[in-house]
Amino acid sequence: MSRDGGSGDATTTTAAGTAAPRPVIGLEIHCQMTSLKSKLFCPCRADYRGMGPNENVCPVCMGMPGTLPRLNAEAVRKGTMIAMALGCAIPERISFFRKNYFYPDLPKNFQITQLDMYGDTCIGGRGSILVGGGDVGIRRVQLEEDPGRMIYEGASARNRISLVDYNRAGTPLVEIVTEPDFEGPRQLRLFLQMLSDMVENLGVCNPALEGAMRADANVSLEGGNRVEIKNISSFHDLEKAVVFEIARQEAQHSRDLEVVQETRHWDAARKITVPSRLKEEEKGYRYLLEADIPWVRIDAETVESLKSRMPESVSEKRERFVSRYMIPPQVADVLSSGKLYSDLFDAARTDKNARELANIITTDLMGLVMAAAAATAPAADRDAADGGGAQKKRHGDPASDVISVDGLRELADAVASGNMARNSAKQALHEMAKTGKSLAEVSSEMDLGLVSDESELLGVVQSVISEEPQAAKQASSNPNTVNYLVGKVMQKTRGKADPQVTLDLLKRCLSED
Amino acid sequence: MNHSSIIRASALEYVRGVASGEFTAEEFLSETLSRIEEAEARYNAYLRVEDGQKLLARAREIDRGIRSGQKVGLLAGMPVSIKDNICMRGSRTTCGSRMLEGFVAPYDATAVSRLHAEGGIIVAKANMDEFAMGLTTEFSAYGPSRNPWNTGYVPGGSSGGSAAATAAFECVASLGSDTGGSVRNPASFCSVVGYKPTYGLVSRHGLVSYANSIEQIGPLARTVSDAALVLGVIAGRDTHDDTTADAAAAADDYLEGIEGGVEGMRVGIVDEMTGGADPEVARAVERASKDLEAAGASCERTSLDMVGYSVPSYYTITAAEAASNLARYDNLRYGYDLSVDGYEFNSYVAEARGRFGPEVTRRMILGGYVSSAGHAGRYYLKALKVQAKLTREVADAFASSYDILMAPTVPILPFRIGEKSDDPVSLFMVDLNTVTANLTRRPAVSVPYAVSAEGLPIGVQMMADSMQDKALLRAARALEKRRAPLPEVPD
Repeated sequence: MSRDGGSGDATTTTAAGTAAPRPVIGLEIHCQMTSLKSKLFCPCRADYRGMGPNENVCPVCMGMPGTLPRLNAEAVRKGTMIAMALGCAIPERISFFRKNYFYPDLPKNFQITQLDMYGDTCIGGRGSILVGGGDVGIRRVQLEEDPGRMIYEGASARNRISLVDYNRAGTPLVEIVTEPDFEGPRQLRLFLQMLSDMVENLGVCNPALEGAMRADANVSLEGGNRVEIKNISSFHDLEKAVVFEIARQEAQHSRDLEVVQETRHWDAARKITVPSRLKEEEKGYRYLLEADIPWVRIDAETVESLKSRMPESVSEKRERFVSRYMIPPQVADVLSSGKLYSDLFDAARTDKNARELANIITTDLMGLVMAAAAATAPAADRDAADGGGAQKKRHGDPASDVISVDGLRELADAVASGNMARNSAKQALHEMAKTGKSLAEVSSEMDLGLVSDESELLGVVQSVISEEPQAAKQASSNPNTVNYLVGKVMQKTRGKADPQVTLDLLKRCLSED
Repeated sequence: MNHSSIIRASALEYVRGVASGEFTAEEFLSETLSRIEEAEARYNAYLRVEDGQKLLARAREIDRGIRSGQKVGLLAGMPVSIKDNICMRGSRTTCGSRMLEGFVAPYDATAVSRLHAEGGIIVAKANMDEFAMGLTTEFSAYGPSRNPWNTGYVPGGSSGGSAAATAAFECVASLGSDTGGSVRNPASFCSVVGYKPTYGLVSRHGLVSYANSIEQIGPLARTVSDAALVLGVIAGRDTHDDTTADAAAAADDYLEGIEGGVEGMRVGIVDEMTGGADPEVARAVERASKDLEAAGASCERTSLDMVGYSVPSYYTITAAEAASNLARYDNLRYGYDLSVDGYEFNSYVAEARGRFGPEVTRRMILGGYVSSAGHAGRYYLKALKVQAKLTREVADAFASSYDILMAPTVPILPFRIGEKSDDPVSLFMVDLNTVTANLTRRPAVSVPYAVSAEGLPIGVQMMADSMQDKALLRAARALEKRRAPLPEVPD
């Protein structure tokens, strides 16, 4: 797509009539490696969720005197996989640096991170990925530790109490820094969706966990000052924040006001960005090589073995669904993007049931799971608000809470073999999910099997013909009208009529007339 | 050996004595504890002595083990001490600072757990310059240690307490830490052996960091063999410290081959480290080279140009690392009692850090400056370049010409307490001969060699190539064997 300003679709025209310069958007995404067993430099758990304050800590992640970081080798492997998936070059060796600054959530008052100070020594760099028809450059991918979490209590700023929970301190993060290549919010959204699917598919991160993926955006108008937007809690809000910020900067521009180079915070309640109350962080981080972590060599052999260990990518998966199972591309898009559902599909599919299975998962099951999640969410929020040591129920796999792989397979088999109408399958799925009963039980209780007995259907067909004389007359010449009549029969039988038998009966009755 | 003098035993003599039943671990420990009680008033070598009853109970346990033929470890109840920047579970670890007055370590340093595993009994935490910054122990927040050879003199530092305690028979051996000479300098001043291992040979897990890229824990002992024995106990790969070398096999025996002599060894005496030395010190090194030649080594003078830049490079790098390593002492998670009322984060940290002493404060400010965005190019990065060049020069010298590089450990004789404490820059130059081993990560040892006319100790430093620790110990042992007998430490 065109990158030059001027008349491209990214350029908007303001009320004043002057063309605003093209927006320039870049992202910094922090992705927690929630699927790892341990933190980046100590054996504490990588997923700290559901634990009481400061329970997931040890002398190392608390920065106790005399402790040393011990690099988590699996984090290096998984980080390399992400970098490869983003088309990055993998350096021969990686190093770590200390970013020195004071903040209460940093136990050592420095953060161990990566930097390309002495050559390319971040886990990945100079990548590029095709998103929504345009290339987005990846400047670098780096491993670093998450700080702890600040919690503020007290009504006013005056009597505010700051508490620190170090459970999160040292959690392995992958930071992905993009080039400012985004053409607009749409591409931003597609990129984030792609990235979130990718890290989930690679088994690195569960993006559904609160705070597992966070992003800051850099927004400017071409040639103007850059504004960094922080405090964005969800990808959904990120898009809103960027849209707002572009509009704000364009408004400034139209009034000939210079955009101030600053950090702004996203105010989710007011849906605007506001200047950060904190002083612009001084950029003097006094980066030092982290001498406690020797440089790690990543040789060609390691890269090859990681490549062979990489799971099928989302796009490969989609391609397989379309070409191997003849699943329509739009359905394959949805099915391949969520690891949970594509895994379920692969577990329950047969050559014969694949298309119906894909339909059931994408049209019925996904809605059911989302509804179930929405129903339990308020309860989970209450738990979190209690804060105390109460162990939050750890969510398993939400889809398998709804239906088993076997149940799903039976259901798809029934539809694929013509023993059940799609509409009935949907009802059966809901009932199976609600009661935990098997398909056989549910379908006999609810009488969901197809009616293919001609004598049973004949009465219905005859009554439809007598109720729709006009259509019946046209039917002999117009096949669409026959379909209309089939639909009427379906309506009367609540979808249970076997379509083929119904069609045959209709044709026979109409020709008899 | 009569009862009152058993504590003068070397580590090897202790191990033999306790094994043969000449004395028991309990007797030896009990004598050591009495000695500590009597000597501490004069030397202030220790910051804290552990609970005597508990220690004696452990000694009795070891005695029972010896009698029933069980394994009691290489050290078999030997009383040792450790510098107060090495963590021991449940024991205070102050680093000689009021900042960590209330810090009780929640875990054992690897060196400590290895000492314990071999039956070592840690009797006390030794005095030191605050956070190991200094070379006299005068920067300890808990008062200076005194040199057992003359209590008006400094014992050297920063492991001054360890050196004084070892020299004064308050332990058989001690662990210090050496960032720029902090083991070798006090060893030289107190006439004991001080050993700085190859970087990565000994785990730093539990050693409170000052300049983590170059420092090592090292033993101080009364003989070279004793140092080798203790080194063997504490050295080796450690999963808690990623910088420990793969080549460093745990429990390697550094006594093996130590009597092998120096026949055929090539020794270079470094001009830049000898030229400006006190005449008495320079003469000692000359005599030492004659001793080695008599033992079959070949000695010659050599030059290392970059040594002239080593001290500024050392102070720049260590200050930058110190500013980062000591930043965690904000008193939020551990430290000492200081209410947060009336402060926000930055003002609280500023107030809390007021407890750092003058030398630590100086080096942290210096370190923040030399590594800051506008100045790193002129200072910190330049210092790293010097380090790289020095390393190349030293590596070349070992690769092409020498097995050992020799020099005085300290270019001057021990000085009086207070004599140099107001002049930090002249103190810095005392480090001239020791920092090269740290900057280049090579092993080095100070061997007691002579005593000056005034009765002050003179040590000779030997340095070897990386992971050549056994060859270095062999050379040090050869010099120790050949040197003229040393007088007894006065009491």
